[in-house]
Order: sequence, then structure tokens, then C-alpha cells
Amino acid sequence: MVKAFPGVFSRTRRQDINRRVRVLPWLWLLPALFFIILFLVYPTIETLRLSFMNQDSSAYIGAENYQHIFASSATRTALLNNVLWLVLFTVLATGLGLIFAVLTGKVRYESLAKAAIFIPMAISFVAAAVIWRFMYAFRPEGFTQTGLVNAIGTGIGLEPIAWLVEHALPYIDVLLPGPLHTNNFAIVAVGVWMWTGFAMVVLSAGLKGISTEVLEAAYVDGANDWQIFWRIILPILSPTIAVVGTTLVIQALKNFDMVWVMTAGNYGTDVVATLMFKEMFNFHNFGRASALAVVLLVAILPVVLINIRRFRVQEETR
Amino acid sequence: MSAAGKSIDERFSARARKLVKRFPLHLIIVLVGLFWMTPSVGLLVSSFRDARDVASSGWWTAFQLPFQFTLENYADVLTQNRMGPSFLNSLIISIPGTIVPILIAGFAAYAFAWMRFRGRDVLFLFVVALLVVPLQMTLIPVLRLLTDMHLAGSFPGIWLAHTAYGLPFAVFLLRNFFGGLPRELLESAYLDGASNMRVFFRLVLPLSVPALASLAIFQFLWVWNDLLVALVILQDPAKTPMTVAITNLVSSFGTQWQLLTSAAFISMMLPLVIFFALQRYFVQGILAGSVKG
Repeated sequence: MVKAFPGVFSRTRRQDINRRVRVLPWLWLLPALFFIILFLVYPTIETLRLSFMNQDSSAYIGAENYQHIFASSATRTALLNNVLWLVLFTVLATGLGLIFAVLTGKVRYESLAKAAIFIPMAISFVAAAVIWRFMYAFRPEGFTQTGLVNAIGTGIGLEPIAWLVEHALPYIDVLLPGPLHTNNFAIVAVGVWMWTGFAMVVLSAGLKGISTEVLEAAYVDGANDWQIFWRIILPILSPTIAVVGTTLVIQALKNFDMVWVMTAGNYGTDVVATLMFKEMFNFHNFGRASALAVVLLVAILPVVLINIRRFRVQEETR
Repeated sequence: MSAAGKSIDERFSARARKLVKRFPLHLIIVLVGLFWMTPSVGLLVSSFRDARDVASSGWWTAFQLPFQFTLENYADVLTQNRMGPSFLNSLIISIPGTIVPILIAGFAAYAFAWMRFRGRDVLFLFVVALLVVPLQMTLIPVLRLLTDMHLAGSFPGIWLAHTAYGLPFAVFLLRNFFGGLPRELLESAYLDGASNMRVFFRLVLPLSVPALASLAIFQFLWVWNDLLVALVILQDPAKTPMTVAITNLVSSFGTQWQLLTSAAFISMMLPLVIFFALQRYFVQGILAGSVKG
């Protein structure tokens, strides 16, 4: 066992503690580095390489996989759906989370109210998908609707809708051309149901960090609730909103489970991750699957950079 | 503002006015809370209803007398639809999938926080960057790697994968926590001649229980709730965790709601228990995890 050297500690700067023992840190890092290199770094580089190869990775085919991806209508639909997720899911979950964080902060049963919204965070996407497939369950007209959404719909005189199959509602068909199928909105809603609690909890912690003196000073100066929210709370909270937003963006891009269990990507609901899975296991085309993974990585890259910058700022202010 | 001069009536009416003014707020919160709970309640209620009832009427009609609830669905899915073995598989996957990465990350985090070496900060920044690299980017090579090692489709194979996938976040969280421990305490331990191992196991880990608890909950739920990694790596039907088993159930019995709801509830039980019993750590883990994808 390597002993630490007492002599080192007379210059008690935190980082100097083990200065003399050069190899030791690497022994402590070794297991982690082994896993990170073998299962994260090497595979990432390898996937990049595979994306320029044919389906069984036996020959290089240049950028053909990428050309195929951007030419095929299936991928275009998937990319568009990811954009829909990115925008709608992120904005709704963050927005609702912020509203609920502010509202629940005003009442005494705050933790109870928050728990109700937060619980979906604990369960799997798979369980959430089952819950909502049941909510959206569809029976043809004239049968008893056992799904709550259609029961309410038919209760107020609408036709029952096959929410997870339907590409467009009869009434708003005109507004939603092309790949913006309505079933995608139904699945995004499930994502919002799951992740609003996350946004709410993180933002609520941010809200609690705002000093009451600032808020009281504003009240004394005659500001109303509305002004205080827009002029004080929102600006102070914006870094926290950014953290929530980037987390949700990553979720939206990587999103697989929910779509896979709810529709398996059928009826125009594919996203990049489900398409990649199909290329892997249904078509055994590892070149195209890799190219799709690279597309995901490139989309997430800005978030990586934002995270690094944020981390550096944090370190400097520590 | 002193209430001393006011009569009880006046004070009471002031409170009543406040209550009326705040009534819309309470109404909104209660309605939203109920709205958010309704889907889960529907699942729970349906899982206790008879197959014929579930197929012929909405779950909200189950609250009429005479109540007709049954445990039959649970008995069915546990024995006939492999939910029992799958529950066990989920545990077999999740427990090492939680402990191993945390231990390994603990070693690395200790080095990052308390040792000085060349390239430390760059290396740690690299780990931060890895936090959000999409899993999809690694799946194909990892599958091939595990196949070459004859570990694809085995529990050790998925343990290795989950260990690797959990590491960046675990290292990140623990390094930040370890770095915040009081320096004097560690220094005096070194001065007393304690080895790094001793300091790590006897001092750093015990002092970090809150962070370890949050991390353990986060990682456990991540592995427990995972579908994608299990789908790719564990194709052996005898070893599938619950998430995969339920997904298969959905594709073969998509409208047998009494089965699907009870199966889903079995998979939710453990996360819900953890949520209610350890809510504080759970929330802290989520807060710390807001950087992980």
C-alpha cells in the first residue's frame, strides 16, 4: 500500500496533498478510464467509422449512408418529428414546469401538490407508454369507449379518434400538412406529462434561491405580481431555465422508449432513434444505423459545448 | 398591520376575504394535481378489475357498488406472462448495475478531487462532455464488443454496459461532492499516517452518504427503467427485464388492458416505493442530474 508523505502537507494547498506520488492518481482512475475508453470513447469513434461503411461493415462506401438518410422520406419524417419533439416538448414542459413551480410555491401543501406532478418522473417510459395507450384507447363509434380521452370526447359529442394511429384530425387537417401527424402530438403530450415534474422541481429550487429581500423591495416599490414575475423572477431564473431546457433538448433528441412502446414508430411517428433501431435489427444495416446515430450526436453537440462552458464558469466561481 | 385594535369579526372577515381571493389559485393547483394523477389512477384501478369489466366499461365506472375488484390479473401476469421472472431479472440487472459504477466512479472522483496530476482538469472536462453523448452512438460497437467477449445476451454483459453508461454522471457528481469536503479533516487524517484507501473508505465515503444515496437512487432507477440497452444487449428471452417483457406484452396483447395495466404496475412498484420513502434524496439526485441526458 502506498503511504502518503507527511512532508507534503506542510505546504497545505489542497491539490498538493499527493503531489509526490505521480503514478498513484492513475491507479485510482484506472477502472473508470478502462470502462470509459472501452465502452464510450472507442465505440463513439467506431460508430463514426461504421457510418461510412456498407451494411455489414465490410467495405467503405463514402458518404452514401448520409445521402440515403437525407434523401429518404422515412428519415425526413423522423427528423421532422424530432424537431417537433425538440420544440413542443421542450417549450411545454419548461413552461408548464415554471408555472407550476411558481403556483405551488404560494400554498402550504406545496410538497403534496408537487409530488402529484413529479411522480411520473419515477416510472419508466415503458410504464408511462402503457398508461397513455390506455388513456388513448380507441373503439369504433357505437361501442363503449374504455379509454378516458375518447370517453370524454364522445361524451361531449365528438367522434371517437384513434389517437395513436390518426394522422390528422378531421377538423384541423388543413392546418397540419405533411408529416406533422396528430398522433405525434398525442405522444409528445405523454412526454410533457412525464417531464414537467422535472422542470418544476429544478425551477422551484431556483425560485427558492431568490432572496426575499429583492422581492420585498419590489413590492414596497409598488410592483405587482405580474411585473415581479417578468422583471425580476424570470431574469434571475434564466440560467436555471437554460439548464432545464438543455436537459429536455437532449431527452427530445434521444427519445426512443416512449415512441417504441406506444406506436413502434408506425403511422408516421418514427424518430431518429427508433429508425436507427429498425435499421439495426430489422434491416441489419449497420452503416445506416451508425449514420443515424451520428446525426443524433451532431444535433446534441451544441449542448455538449454549452455544458462545458457552463461548467467552466461554475469552476471559476467555486 | 397590528390586529390588536380589530375585533374578532374584522379579523375573521379579513381571513375570509383572503381565502376568497386565493380560491382560484387553490382551484387551479388542485385541478392540475388531479389531472396529473388521473392516468396513473386509471392504470391502478384497471389492474384490479375483471377482464370482462375492463373490456366493456371505463375504469371510472368501477367506483359503483358493488365493488368488484380482483387480484387475478396479477396472478396471471406473474405466472403466465413471465412478469415474475422478469421482476427478478430487473433486480439482477439493476443491483450490480448500480453498485459497481458508483464504486468505480468513487475511486476516480477521489483522484479528481484530492490528487494532483498532469491533465487532471482536461480529463475531467472530457468526462463532463461525455455526460450527454447519446447512447445510440455507442450501441453497435458495444454490442459487437460484447459478442466478441461472449458476453452479449448475458447478465455480466449488461452490467458492464450499464457501468460504463452510468460512469460519467457518477464521476461528475461525486467529484463535486468530494471536492466540497473540509480539507482540514482529510489533511489531519493523512498526517496521522492514514493511507488513501483508508481515507477513502473510512472518511470520504461515510461523509458522502447523502450524495451516494442520491446517486444510487438515480442510477438504480435509470437501469431499472431502461429499455434500449436491454433490448440491444439482452436478447435472451429468459433474461429480459420487465421493461422488455412489458414491451413484448404490448405488441402481443395490445388491448388486453387488465394484463398490461397490472404488468405495468408491478414494474412501477419499486420506483414508487423509492420515491415515497426517499423523496428528499430522489429530488436531490434529479437536481444534480439535470445535466445528464
